[in-house]
Amino acid sequence: MAQFVFENDLNSILKLDAPITNAPLARWQRKAKEGGCSSTNTSINTSVLSPMKAANRSHSSSKTPSKTPGKSQGKLQGTPSRVGGDRFIPSRSAMQMDVASFLLTKENEPTAQSPTKKEQQKAWAVTLNGFDMEEAKILRLGGKSLNAPEGYQNNLKVLYSQKATPGSSKKPSRYIPSMPDRVLDAPEIRNDYYLNLIDWSSQNLLAVALNDSVYLWNYLTGDILLLLQMENSEEYISSVSWFNGENYLAVGTSNAEVQLWDVEQQKRLRNMVSHSSRVGALSWNNHILSSGSRTGHIHHHDVRVAQHHVATLSGHSQEVCGLKWSPDGRYLASGANDNLVNIWPCVQGDSAEFAPVQTFTQHQGAVKAVSWCPWQSNVLATGGGTSDRHIRIWNVCSGTCLNSVDTHSQVCSILWSTTYKELISGHGFAQNQLVIWKYPTMTRVTELKGHSARVLNLAMSPDGCTVASAAADETLRLWKCFEVDPVTKKEKEKARNSSKSIIHQSIR
Amino acid sequence: MAGQLTREGITLKGSAEIVSEFFFFGINSILYQRGIYPPETFTRAQKYGLTLLVSTDPDLKNYLNTVVEQLKDWLYKCQVQKLVVVITSIDSNEILERWQFDIECDKTVKDDSVVREKSPKVIQEEIRSVIRQITATVTFLPLLEEACAFDLLIYTDKDLQVPEKWEESGPQFVSNSEEVRLRSFTTTIHKVNSMVAYKKIDS
Repeated sequence: MAQFVFENDLNSILKLDAPITNAPLARWQRKAKEGGCSSTNTSINTSVLSPMKAANRSHSSSKTPSKTPGKSQGKLQGTPSRVGGDRFIPSRSAMQMDVASFLLTKENEPTAQSPTKKEQQKAWAVTLNGFDMEEAKILRLGGKSLNAPEGYQNNLKVLYSQKATPGSSKKPSRYIPSMPDRVLDAPEIRNDYYLNLIDWSSQNLLAVALNDSVYLWNYLTGDILLLLQMENSEEYISSVSWFNGENYLAVGTSNAEVQLWDVEQQKRLRNMVSHSSRVGALSWNNHILSSGSRTGHIHHHDVRVAQHHVATLSGHSQEVCGLKWSPDGRYLASGANDNLVNIWPCVQGDSAEFAPVQTFTQHQGAVKAVSWCPWQSNVLATGGGTSDRHIRIWNVCSGTCLNSVDTHSQVCSILWSTTYKELISGHGFAQNQLVIWKYPTMTRVTELKGHSARVLNLAMSPDGCTVASAAADETLRLWKCFEVDPVTKKEKEKARNSSKSIIHQSIR
Repeated sequence: MAGQLTREGITLKGSAEIVSEFFFFGINSILYQRGIYPPETFTRAQKYGLTLLVSTDPDLKNYLNTVVEQLKDWLYKCQVQKLVVVITSIDSNEILERWQFDIECDKTVKDDSVVREKSPKVIQEEIRSVIRQITATVTFLPLLEEACAFDLLIYTDKDLQVPEKWEESGPQFVSNSEEVRLRSFTTTIHKVNSMVAYKKIDS
């Protein structure tokens, strides 16, 4: 029996010595084969073909590179390594024998390149250089490059490292509290510039859309009511807007619906489907509800009739994010992601199609902040996004830009005060502040800071004293920034009474 | 140029003009939006139904006009492959940003006798969205903190005679870059694909 075992052993050794037909190529074989390629790009080849691990092993085992080409790698690993070397070369581990032998053998090899290799090299050149050296040349107009004047600093750098909003600041003539009156949590509010998520009703209810639900917060009592929640949790509320005067709330959703809710009954009255994409902006003009969609279309819905979709305004090529009817109901202002502001008439032209009476192209960013002046019916304020950062005041009748101011920050929302000749704007990076501006000079009255992420929307209380700001830091802050000073209020009333009597006298 | 736009159909000459004009406004927009030059040296111009900003610096204007005129000639001969705007830091000479416009020429069109059917209005609409995208990129491109210079590279056919004052250059890539493809437009004779590569911010 013993001799059979010996014979088997012998056989297996012989088998090991013979080249294995199906086995992967030995390392030196692979190296030699890919040699041509490695010259075009060494870094990639070394990383792919000889990973660090393999290289380390060949160092430590201090084996001599095999001279017999037939020997397989398996056999090499089987041989016990001779640590310490021999008497001629005491430390073989310090020498990269296989690398040396590879370089020696490779040098003798003919460098004939096959057509496929040429092709491969060309492909490498194209991917590395982006073009084929043999088919193109790169030209530039000679001479020195034209540099910006000495001392010029990138205005964007100024923007992002600035300390305060520019514009000559005016000392406030009245007291404006710098801290918010109240801070409310707004968990899961969507940080999406293109949505309009809060609105304050004349009944002092603040409607807030938090992801897939709409909550109503009563400013007077502090009660919170969950009005509605989307059935599908992947859908979300994209806009809310109160019907003037009464307790009806219009809700735009991500699945392109416009819903009408009765708040007292907590019931949905209508579900109006006409858009094909999410509805990010809503505005009421009596019984006409206008809705702007991601498609760039604005639809008018007559909420009283069954065929609610009465008109389509197509003047934008991208998502409508700002939409406001003028207080007198004559014009609709729309701002969109295509950087345009369109002013639409309330009735269509002769061709039975709505065409904008004005189109303002001056903004260099998406226009979300759109607000009409409450005391001058043809004055509109608009604010642009990150790439624009300007607030512009327009006369929509003449189409002229009355004033513009660089706010150095994304303008997310604008409101006009009803008590003072002032505007308030909400901003994004870097200060996330609210700024109060004097109209028409557009000097800065004050800044309200506190939000730690960009302000998304602003809403004003029905009495015009308080402004609510919703921000991406998941808070709602209420600022009592337009409160009427009791002394001036009294004086004003007195003046009104006295002026009345003067009129009476003059009539007599 | 205005007459070109009112005519229906596109000839090779008209196409070269539209494309070179796009580059003039496109490069100006990049220079303004990226803050390479002071914003007060730019003036507003109405183009493509947009308000665009164009430099008023006489040297810069002269330079751009020279390049664009030469480009128009090459576009007419269908010898251009790419136009690249390279933005480099002046201090470190490091390449920070690279706007690449690949131009595909239809070489079958040899002279003005060929008229392609494409409404100039549609082309203008396409160009408008490319320019808008250039404007919108400031929202994601990293801030250019140091003073920067720009260079224009034009990739041409190999057999082209290098004109006077022009010299050959390397491709000038951004190392460790991130790339964003932008929209493209076509006049049916020339097709322009745009892309911007910028230095990845280590995080």
